[in-house]
Amino acid sequence: MGEFDDVIAEFLVESREGLDTLDRDLVALEDTPNSKELIGRIFRAIHTVKGTAGFLGFGKLESLTHAGESLLSRMRDGELRPSGSITSALLGTVDAVRVMLNEVESSGNDGDGDYSQLTEALKALCRGEEPAAAAAAPEPEPEPEPEPEPAPKPQAAAKPAPAPKPQPTAAAAKAPEPEITETPAQPAPQAAVPAPAAPAPAPAAMAAPAAAPAEERHAAAPVESVRVDLTLLDNLVDLAGELVLTRNHIVQLSKGRDDADLATATQRLNFVTAQLQDGIMRMRMQPVSNLFTKFPRVVRDLARSCRKLVRLELDGRDTELDKSLIETIKDPMVHLLRNCVDHGIETPEVRAKAGKHPEGRIVLRAYHQNGLVHIEVADDGNGIALDKVKKRGIERGLVTPERAEMMSDSEVASLIFLPGFSTAEAISNISGRGVGMDVVKTNVEQVGGTVEVDTRSGQGTTFILKIPLTLAIIPALVVRCADARFAIPQVSVIELVRLTSAKQSLEWIHGAPVFRLRGKLLPVVFLEEAMGGHVMPPAANDNAEEDDNAPSRFLAVVQGPGRQFGLVVDAVLDQQEIVVKPLPKLLAEIGAFAGATLLGDGRVALILDILGIAQRARIASEQLREDANLERARQQDQQRAKGMRTLLLLQGPDDARLAVPLEDVSRLETIDVNHLESGGQHQVLQYRGEIMPLLRTSELLPERRGRMRNEFGEKEEPKMLSVVVLGRPGRTLGLVVEDVLDVVETSTELRRVGVRQGVVGTLVVQNRVTEVLDLQWLVAAAGFDMTEEPSLAAG
Amino acid sequence: MMEHLCTFDVDSLFIGIQITRIQEILRPQPVTPVPLTSSVILGLMSLRGQIVPVINLAERLGVQMKEGGADAFNVLIRTSDGPVSLLVDHVGDVVEVPSEAFEPAPDTLRPALRSLIRGAYKLEKRLLLALDAEAAIRVEY
Repeated sequence: MGEFDDVIAEFLVESREGLDTLDRDLVALEDTPNSKELIGRIFRAIHTVKGTAGFLGFGKLESLTHAGESLLSRMRDGELRPSGSITSALLGTVDAVRVMLNEVESSGNDGDGDYSQLTEALKALCRGEEPAAAAAAPEPEPEPEPEPEPAPKPQAAAKPAPAPKPQPTAAAAKAPEPEITETPAQPAPQAAVPAPAAPAPAPAAMAAPAAAPAEERHAAAPVESVRVDLTLLDNLVDLAGELVLTRNHIVQLSKGRDDADLATATQRLNFVTAQLQDGIMRMRMQPVSNLFTKFPRVVRDLARSCRKLVRLELDGRDTELDKSLIETIKDPMVHLLRNCVDHGIETPEVRAKAGKHPEGRIVLRAYHQNGLVHIEVADDGNGIALDKVKKRGIERGLVTPERAEMMSDSEVASLIFLPGFSTAEAISNISGRGVGMDVVKTNVEQVGGTVEVDTRSGQGTTFILKIPLTLAIIPALVVRCADARFAIPQVSVIELVRLTSAKQSLEWIHGAPVFRLRGKLLPVVFLEEAMGGHVMPPAANDNAEEDDNAPSRFLAVVQGPGRQFGLVVDAVLDQQEIVVKPLPKLLAEIGAFAGATLLGDGRVALILDILGIAQRARIASEQLREDANLERARQQDQQRAKGMRTLLLLQGPDDARLAVPLEDVSRLETIDVNHLESGGQHQVLQYRGEIMPLLRTSELLPERRGRMRNEFGEKEEPKMLSVVVLGRPGRTLGLVVEDVLDVVETSTELRRVGVRQGVVGTLVVQNRVTEVLDLQWLVAAAGFDMTEEPSLAAG
Repeated sequence: MMEHLCTFDVDSLFIGIQITRIQEILRPQPVTPVPLTSSVILGLMSLRGQIVPVINLAERLGVQMKEGGADAFNVLIRTSDGPVSLLVDHVGDVVEVPSEAFEPAPDTLRPALRSLIRGAYKLEKRLLLALDAEAAIRVEY
């Protein structure tokens, strides 16, 4: 009962918000009748009300909005032009919906008003006829009679708090005050169990029998959570953003000055800012369970109306996400679930024939990966009929037949996200108007996320939403290209490769640059070229010497749509937290930029939209075997389950082979020796706003160092150091190695016999004896207090 | 009925914008160029933390900036999408002109210019062209 009430309360709040904007939009439509955007927005608002009204069984509300939606659908397709009578009828609809919503709130059903006249008028307009003059806006019952019983109102007012249990705190604490006693007269009959000690009508009826002890408990334990106005929170987030920028500025200023006091104060500022930002961001985090709990009912009702058997499984409910993001993905999730039930899962008969369990299964899974929250909606239905999708795409003019022929399966599947696409033969009540999927995509992309679809014929379809943890502040790489600086969101960057021109240069295949990364060919995009400049492939007779003099560049390996590619930049300047600011509308359509930010010196830098750049560079259209990639990812998961371990192979001093578990490695960096500073017993490095101690393998493993000295004498230290960054933010340490060799997977057992200090065991990798470093020991060697952060040592 | 216009020079043109449309006037700020867009858009600048696009009004009007914009100013126009800056050669006085002095843009104006000019005010010495600020910041690329 409680859950159902929540759903309705939410529906009311949401619909009313929608109606308020509808009023405005409808009026605006009279001024700009050709605005596709406006019609689309109105359409979606009505569509949402209709959809939810449908689940909740408000038949009248649903049929009226359905009529309105049909009318709007024709307008959207350009078959009808907005006119005064259409606007009036739609406004009439909005009013009628409002009246019905009031009914829903007070009585729990959509009332007994008669809206057939209005519905007819809408249908007539839809056919292109002018309705009977009077029908424009039929009076939909005056105002609802002033509240039949007084009780529901206050109850409803207290409702918006969906949390079922925390209520008593405030209520019980206030209970003794006499004025309040009479207000909620309603709970009394329920709380028939007399609560003699305190006749307080504790609204929480469940708590009533033990009213007195409960009160004591509350007195003892002070309020542990406070409800805060969301706008205040948003303000704080903005301010934290400004503070981060100011911090960046000050850090930059203090670098140029030789002032110890300033340096100390700056470090303190740096520290406090990081903590503050972290705290504020966490305040906004909510578990996705808040969202997920609504879905079982939605799915159940949907399944019933489609006469299907569907079981919903939820996984990863504790995964946290920024509150505003939870709001944003709610609609997309409902659309996806609707789609799964309506189009994905087959009827029990069909399933039985195909040898499947008659009950379909939808799995909703949330988890963190690469700094993003992934939300999967997977069904075990029939999969997307790709040939039908292709055909429909061509029919609707979304894609040319030639292009369609060349498309990969995953590209075909993503056609369903285009506006105006729908494969349902009949327009069903639930979905099939082709709004759903493009809404999903737009909503998710608005918050910087992506939607992917993976479908297997006969086996099911999986939608994966990838959502950034939070908006506003993201870690980014600041790079230089020609004279301009750009920020690349850290989530898109997989690794950085320094292109020392002689050894690791690019290769050209028919004028297209590629890079050999650990044996795989990676398509390469010159950022300069992507930004409108020109890069010439080196002429064939270019001699290597000239090449050597060219300044080295960097290749950022980034995650494009479905595949990785390399982005060549002139220099990597910094890694910092940046505050994402939206681009002015004037520039929003370029597609290569995700926003802008202010750098430490107060200047503007553009944030690259990696997907947009990939599309511009046509990396997207190649989409090399995305399925194969997925398959590989799946295999990796299985291997992990089987006790396989992935190791990062390192070259230590004296050609020693060392390894660390890849999962403990957060990044690989190349660092200029001049950036090292001394701090305490170790050399340290300022790294992403932290002070990172550096450990040298040559110091850690002294006996090796001794031998090296004997044979080669004291080697001059190289200018650039390869550093493996271990641990995680807040507690990182850098391991200086001679070279990073490879990533290998192995299931070999560690040999633990006779190992020396700092090593957990040895194993044979690539025919070489390899020592696996003991992270716990490293952490201790770096001087971290182990009791504080055991997880780092758990490698 | 008098109108208040802020005047400025762009090449040899004498341009006016209603002062109510103007948020503020600033000396040139560091501008970050935006690739892949129209040359009319000089780039982005920061206005107290806000990202503001800067439009080269001379280029927009199809004329040359004087002395490479040595004495340039940012004229920030209010829009529903936040301020937009028009970079002009030199900012002059605010003038008060009677509405009767207004005439639609003369036919002799170059078409590129005409679409951006609402009309002209006949002042004693010269013509003051009233800029259609909306049109001027509607840049297509």
